[in-house]
Amino acid sequence: MTQHHQHEVVIVGAGGAGLMAALYASRGADTAVLSKLYPTRSHTGTAQGGIGAALGNLEEDRADWHTFDTVKGSDYLGDQDAIEFMCQEAVPVVYELEHMGLPFSRTDEGRIAQRRFGGHTNNETKQPVLRAAYAADRTGHMILQTLYQQCIKNEVNFYDEFQVLDLIVDNGKAVGVVAAELATGELHVFHTKAVVFATGGHGRVWEVTSNAYAYTGDGVAIPMRKGIPMEDMEFFQFHPTGIAKLGILITEGVRGEGGVLLNNDGDRFMDVYAPTVKDLASRDVVSRAMFLEMREGRGINGQRYMHLDVRPETVNKYAELDKRINPDGSEYRVTAEDILGKLPDIVDFTRTYLGVDPVKQPMPVQPTAHYAMGGIPTTQYGEVVIDTKSTIMPGFYAAGEVACVSVHGANRLGTNSLLDLVVFGKQAGLRAAEYANGTEYGKLPDDAADFTRQQLDAILNNKGEEKAADIANEMKETMTDKVGVFRTEEGMAEAFEKMLELKERYQHVGVDDHGKVFNTDLLNTWELGCLIDSAIVTAKCALDRKESRGAHAREDFPKRNDDEWLKHTLAWLKDGKVEVDYKPVKITKYEPMERVY
Amino acid sequence: MEVNLRIFRYNPEAGRNKPSYDNYTLEADPTDRVLDLLELVKSYHDGTLSFRRSCAHGVCGSDAMRINGRNYLACKVLVQDVGNNITVEPILGMQIIKDMIVDMEPFFESYRSISPFLVNDEIPEDGKERLQTIEQRERFDDTTKCILCAACTTSCPSFWSNDEFVGPATIVNAHRFIFDSRDTAPEKRLDILNEESGAWKCRTAFNCTQACPREIHVTQAIAEVKNALTTGRLD
Repeated sequence: MTQHHQHEVVIVGAGGAGLMAALYASRGADTAVLSKLYPTRSHTGTAQGGIGAALGNLEEDRADWHTFDTVKGSDYLGDQDAIEFMCQEAVPVVYELEHMGLPFSRTDEGRIAQRRFGGHTNNETKQPVLRAAYAADRTGHMILQTLYQQCIKNEVNFYDEFQVLDLIVDNGKAVGVVAAELATGELHVFHTKAVVFATGGHGRVWEVTSNAYAYTGDGVAIPMRKGIPMEDMEFFQFHPTGIAKLGILITEGVRGEGGVLLNNDGDRFMDVYAPTVKDLASRDVVSRAMFLEMREGRGINGQRYMHLDVRPETVNKYAELDKRINPDGSEYRVTAEDILGKLPDIVDFTRTYLGVDPVKQPMPVQPTAHYAMGGIPTTQYGEVVIDTKSTIMPGFYAAGEVACVSVHGANRLGTNSLLDLVVFGKQAGLRAAEYANGTEYGKLPDDAADFTRQQLDAILNNKGEEKAADIANEMKETMTDKVGVFRTEEGMAEAFEKMLELKERYQHVGVDDHGKVFNTDLLNTWELGCLIDSAIVTAKCALDRKESRGAHAREDFPKRNDDEWLKHTLAWLKDGKVEVDYKPVKITKYEPMERVY
Repeated sequence: MEVNLRIFRYNPEAGRNKPSYDNYTLEADPTDRVLDLLELVKSYHDGTLSFRRSCAHGVCGSDAMRINGRNYLACKVLVQDVGNNITVEPILGMQIIKDMIVDMEPFFESYRSISPFLVNDEIPEDGKERLQTIEQRERFDDTTKCILCAACTTSCPSFWSNDEFVGPATIVNAHRFIFDSRDTAPEKRLDILNEESGAWKCRTAFNCTQACPREIHVTQAIAEVKNALTTGRLD
């Protein structure tokens, strides 16, 4: 039996963006939050280093410097009006988080503590600036907990462990979603005036990733199946410092506190690739430098990893060479206790998974698939836009990693993801409630759950000639090899063909579990279909973009080409084929320049 | 290395209405996570095996399980930590729904009972942050780390014998606000924890402290709450 519910606003996903949207939407409209995980399990909780805001608590900083750094970090593909909006909003929204109770680390004056992060600079001196507001190295955890606490305080309506499988569209308007209740396997139809997608990313497409198992591109695949395009899917961030082989993230905050990357010769190599900010260059720049070092045989013991060294003696040696000073003018020096106090979780991770004590030994790290710059195209108010003219789709909103505003363009700066969540989660929540107040419920088709039921039945009825795990492994291997940090025409073409082949083979995947209660076998297999759709579009958009920009680095087209490619990609997945078109980038104050760090 | 993995199974819907165990012999690396072994079994041996997981590195709190009789996060314990005979069972004291999946609702209900949110409506006139010294912030740092995985509560003998007890995780989260210099409602939470189902049910078994994957000093936090209840002081 399909159960029916009605709420004016339904928010899908309960991470930072979903909860922020929920807080704001619920003030103005009857709101429900659907999440396939308990809210506190959301991936926001794994974010570590900080949230960017030009508070200037320790040294001079300005929102317009943050804006320029983000534009430059995006390799000029970010929309400058949206970036300026986000960086201006950053300051009040970080204070708002503090007012909600977020336990930020503190300065000697009792203000919110801030640290250095890659690509964030004083625009006048070009040197790194203390901009990342942090709570030790668990800033995302604190944001997630604080927002969830506020939702409890405000009695927000949650449907925990309800996995959304479809968006219901009537006459071009979003009018509801279909969800499976994990505990019972029953399908539920939610009739709504507005739907907000805040479902996170799709990093599980790649083999070595910092992303949670839950990051399966549901929010990419579901809208695409309803004819909604994705924007800039070729841009996926590989974070330089994942724990070797495992991919677990080691925050950029380690380098912010003075840690350096070393090659097999014990040399700090980033001063060659980014002479001014060195280890604190943008993530795409650092990941490429690591790959080039490894290609030259300078990986540790010739292997595909490098050392990240935050031992006090190393930090102090390079701080002296760089003449790094504290805000009060004294020389920057650290002790083992300082490192342990500022990066406790990193110490815990490396001890647990590597048996390495980072104040005594360097950490083995390699680039790890980390963040989707691309996703559902939106305005800066979270409204989903569905064509090259940015026509708004009524009733549909998106925020957070699943959305592409675009503020990250071709490469996101560290600390800007947490900022994106709260700034645009808030906007999406406000707009969704406002829209809901001015409209009637749309028409719900009689067969609202049929499309979902067909998808699940197809999986349940397969004989199982193919195994989901095999297909997943082939997808991850191919995407890592061919659509990773460095790319070629030949490799991407191969990957695209391979993804189409996997999509076909996926039609024959079966499951062991035919029950209703917590049938994670079935739902994980359904999620694999979302990952494959995400991978197909990623490979095709990458193949078509014949230049290098931000995270999209082609060996056959090594330069950025603004004359032909300063534009956003839009991609539709129709009957297994990808259609690609382009729309202009919004440029306001900052003319594209060469990007050097 | 070869690992003998013994997994608790319970799935009434599929006729497995009595708890039983499945055994697997698997090839594993010493540095594999126990979660990796469960994923391997689910992917290639039996897709019906059910458990919760998400981040896979000890932060989201989905996969608290009893492994060789002790509570861990399956993603934060390595094969080399527990040896090559490994038994995996659901956490105790909760209703089992299917295999390792238990009903978490009572746990979250208990969490919600102590008003787990900052109570303070006053905002500085300049709109900026409230001030808090490094020492004031440090006072409750340990209990901010809680990820609500329930490893502590479900290792607690007092909780096993009396599920009215709010449990260590709830007290940890109350502590996080009671000792936050910005909070204006510590008495409200202390009153709740002073009830029969509250902090006094703790018999300082220390199981919670041992079980916590975030290394929170749970027993100490509870002792500090008890001390506040006795003295009325928050220092």
